[in-house]
Amino acid sequence: MNPKVKKIKEFWKDFSSNKVAVVSLIVFMLILFVAVFAPLVSPTDPYDLNTVSIMNSRLAPFSEDFSGNYFLLGTDGAGRDMVSAIFYGLRVSLGVGVLSGIFALIIGSFFGISAAFFGGKYESVVMRIVDIQLSFPSILVALIILAAFGKGVEKTIIALILVQWAYYARTARSSALVELNKEYVDAARCLAFSNTRIMFKHILPNCMAPLIVVGTLQTAHAISLEATLSFLGLGLPITEPSLGLLIGNGFEYMYSGDYWISIFPGVALLITVASINLVGDHLRDMFNPRLH
Amino acid sequence: MGGVNLVGDPVEMLINPEADQAEVERVIRELGLDRPVTEQYWYFLVNAFKGDLGDSFIFGEPALKLIIQRMPATLELALFSLFISLVIAIPLGIFAGYKPESKTSKIIMGGSILGFSMPTFWVGIIFIMIFAVHLGWLPSTGRGEIGTFLGINSSLFTLNGLSHVFLPALNLALFKISSVIRLTRAGTREIILQDYITFARSKGLSEKRIVLVHILKNILIPIVTVVGLEFGSLIAFSTVTETVFAWPGMGKLIIDSIYNLDRPVIVAYLMIIVTFFVFLNLIVDILYTFLDPRVRIKGDSQ
Repeated sequence: MNPKVKKIKEFWKDFSSNKVAVVSLIVFMLILFVAVFAPLVSPTDPYDLNTVSIMNSRLAPFSEDFSGNYFLLGTDGAGRDMVSAIFYGLRVSLGVGVLSGIFALIIGSFFGISAAFFGGKYESVVMRIVDIQLSFPSILVALIILAAFGKGVEKTIIALILVQWAYYARTARSSALVELNKEYVDAARCLAFSNTRIMFKHILPNCMAPLIVVGTLQTAHAISLEATLSFLGLGLPITEPSLGLLIGNGFEYMYSGDYWISIFPGVALLITVASINLVGDHLRDMFNPRLH
Repeated sequence: MGGVNLVGDPVEMLINPEADQAEVERVIRELGLDRPVTEQYWYFLVNAFKGDLGDSFIFGEPALKLIIQRMPATLELALFSLFISLVIAIPLGIFAGYKPESKTSKIIMGGSILGFSMPTFWVGIIFIMIFAVHLGWLPSTGRGEIGTFLGINSSLFTLNGLSHVFLPALNLALFKISSVIRLTRAGTREIILQDYITFARSKGLSEKRIVLVHILKNILIPIVTVVGLEFGSLIAFSTVTETVFAWPGMGKLIIDSIYNLDRPVIVAYLMIIVTFFVFLNLIVDILYTFLDPRVRIKGDSQ
């Protein structure tokens, strides 16, 4: 058997020992599917003004309008179907969360590995910045950045990247320090490979396991943080309706008892974040040698 | 400061759209916004050293004073929620660490992941919906009556005030409960394997005493560190809870100020909170040496 396939099989055997994590992974895959194919799977296009009728505003779940359209989760203040709005919202939330996570992973592991590799003054400067940033709660860092740059899609993504990169940098550095002492690095040095090649072709792949664990947990955190910022009206603009924004819209109607406008997007957000966290939690246990 | 001063046009937010050009120019001059950015920055630095962080564009009062007025409300919210989270989380965490295989422990741990994943603001909305709108048990907005006790004004001293603080504090505590549970559990599991626990057992001490004295005392060390730092994050996250529950603290003030581009208040808030964090870290470090003699000994020998 191909060693790569064998490795994946072994990994899966390990992973599937935890039923909760497997279920979470399936749930997350479903959410991802819905988010990617939102325009195909939603019953209506919530942002097509031709199909949205203000006559249908704030219908309760399981109700029908006069022309027989069925609204499983009711409609919001503008008469949009909540199911479709949530599907489109997931798309935005996941998109922003995953995109910022990937960028933060790249930036963080670059600085983390290079700090471990070069050491000296460069390392202490980078790691001090990381320490300082990590001593502040993420929401505060995000607030500072958004207060300074204003709101918008790119700015929210930048804020989320700046919030997260320090976690990746710290993880990457600590595992790179371990890897640096191994023989294969000495071997690569003897072959006179360039520093860049050693750092990113040899060390980086061996640091991936902890980085992936941090990545899953951080992505969940980023999605939740983005929702919070958007709810506060500081994150994404109204033109990019994420789940946080949907919840914020529903907040206005809540005192009149129209619970569904806020609740259902929140449930979607909760399921998304919880499924990612559960998968990440299990991955962490799997990669943690102390628990075996 | 640099960034905050370059975004948006606060003048547009301030004066009514029908004002004529002369009026607009008068406001700009009054706020000192007609001068070059470098000059504004220098002016800011000089005044900051005198303890003056500028007047709020909206309220016309010194920004520092505004924030200090709102600070007690935030502190009382954060303290009360810290109290709630410790009272709930430490016993649950010890239990989950003491009997890691039992059903209850698994439920506790599952619950803590759920609590970790739940967005604070959404839970706040649910709380309002259930307890304030549907059941009508607790009020959902404001701070309630403020009582005075030992010269301190706080809504914690009146029944009405307590009923106001309960929901937002519980909401704010939720996230901390999850993290303190996990921390306590991890600590308990580690300590339970130590020799001195085995020794205590072989001496025939009751399990109750072992848990309450030997385990509890030793897990306090990591908990104090984390809780001290978490207190800062409670203050930071209170921006969200205060907005949901319309709690008149400094968190709500900063969110409103960001909306209104009230720059002096934003800058003052950030400076206060950063100073606050520095002090908090210092206090935690000092407390640490009290709780863990090993740290002190190491410090002496150096």
